[in-house]
Amino acid sequence: MVWDILSWFAILTGSAFLLIGSIGLVRLPDMFTRSHATGVTETLATYLLILGMAFQAGLSLVTVKLIVIALFMFFASPTSTHALARAALDGGMKPEVDEDRRPDDRELGAGK
Amino acid sequence: MARSISLAVALFIFWLLLSGIYTPLIITLGAVSSAFVAWIAHRMDVADHEGFPIHLGWNAVTYWPWLLWEIVKANIDVARVILKKDMALSPTLVRIPASQKTELGQVTFANSITLTPGTVAISVGDGMIDVHALTAEAADELITGRMDRRACKMEGTEPPIAAGDAA
Amino acid sequence: MMFTVAAAALLVAMLLAIVRAVLGPTIYDRILAVNVFGTKALLLIAVLGFLTDRPEFLDIAIVYALINFIATIAIMKFFRFSHLGHPHGGDNLGDL
Repeated sequence: MVWDILSWFAILTGSAFLLIGSIGLVRLPDMFTRSHATGVTETLATYLLILGMAFQAGLSLVTVKLIVIALFMFFASPTSTHALARAALDGGMKPEVDEDRRPDDRELGAGK
Repeated sequence: MARSISLAVALFIFWLLLSGIYTPLIITLGAVSSAFVAWIAHRMDVADHEGFPIHLGWNAVTYWPWLLWEIVKANIDVARVILKKDMALSPTLVRIPASQKTELGQVTFANSITLTPGTVAISVGDGMIDVHALTAEAADELITGRMDRRACKMEGTEPPIAAGDAA
Repeated sequence: MMFTVAAAALLVAMLLAIVRAVLGPTIYDRILAVNVFGTKALLLIAVLGFLTDRPEFLDIAIVYALINFIATIAIMKFFRFSHLGHPHGGDNLGDL
């Protein structure tokens, strides 16, 4: 019973964050700000949904597989977000910013 | 060599968890295949301190819960920004120092920045990271260097002297 | 019941991702939308496994997570360099 309540809580908040992230994906103005919205979907929303499913599965191999998925998302999602932002920069996209606080106006991409 | 053996053991445990069928034949096949993969990794020289960082050990275990809590806070901030009617965005670019000594530490720091919504590391190099932040507040938070010092601690190097650290 | 709610939310979220993928305007927006669509699809596969009481679906979800990651990197690399092999010429080519 307690697990059911926890599970409901995790899945409802997870779904809410999922929808918020998707609304952000549609509403936000440019590609770099949109990548923040996908960040919401790929981190907290994913973890909460997986947590909700794990509460239902209990201690079993199913939970282990769910944890494997969550761990993989934990490592892979920032990598693909960063790769995408970097590719967009290399492809000549300029982020629209209010304020550029970098100390010098070197070409974007500190490592070049 | 010790790294290759522990890689084989880790792979075998992973295999056991995924398989769910425990008969002698299947378990033998799993043991042989994980030993084979560890041998290939040893020959390819990918089971090094970067590909399989067991030396971090306890530091990583305490770093992740801290990072998860940061992710939760950042998610709530970003959700609030998205749901506002007028979307009070103030996208900001900042260049922050990454004081970690090894590349692994810098990658950990850059990935931590990207994992927390509201900040995305768009370029890494020269001990500096260019960050695109959704709001000026998120950029301010990053400039305090709290996450940088925590990532240093996780890597095991001496963190830089705290300047104006309120948190 | 709770998995029905999750599946419904996932379907709506996938629809919104498709809207972004169609609207674009740049190729990077589309790749971003497809990447996040894949994440939602893998969650939907896992939820479907619970809805129909077939935990084997989780294996498919794991494979889907792996493929989704590789696909994003591969699409970007292909779009940038027009092939997937080792880049020729230039220092930081292939540095995605």
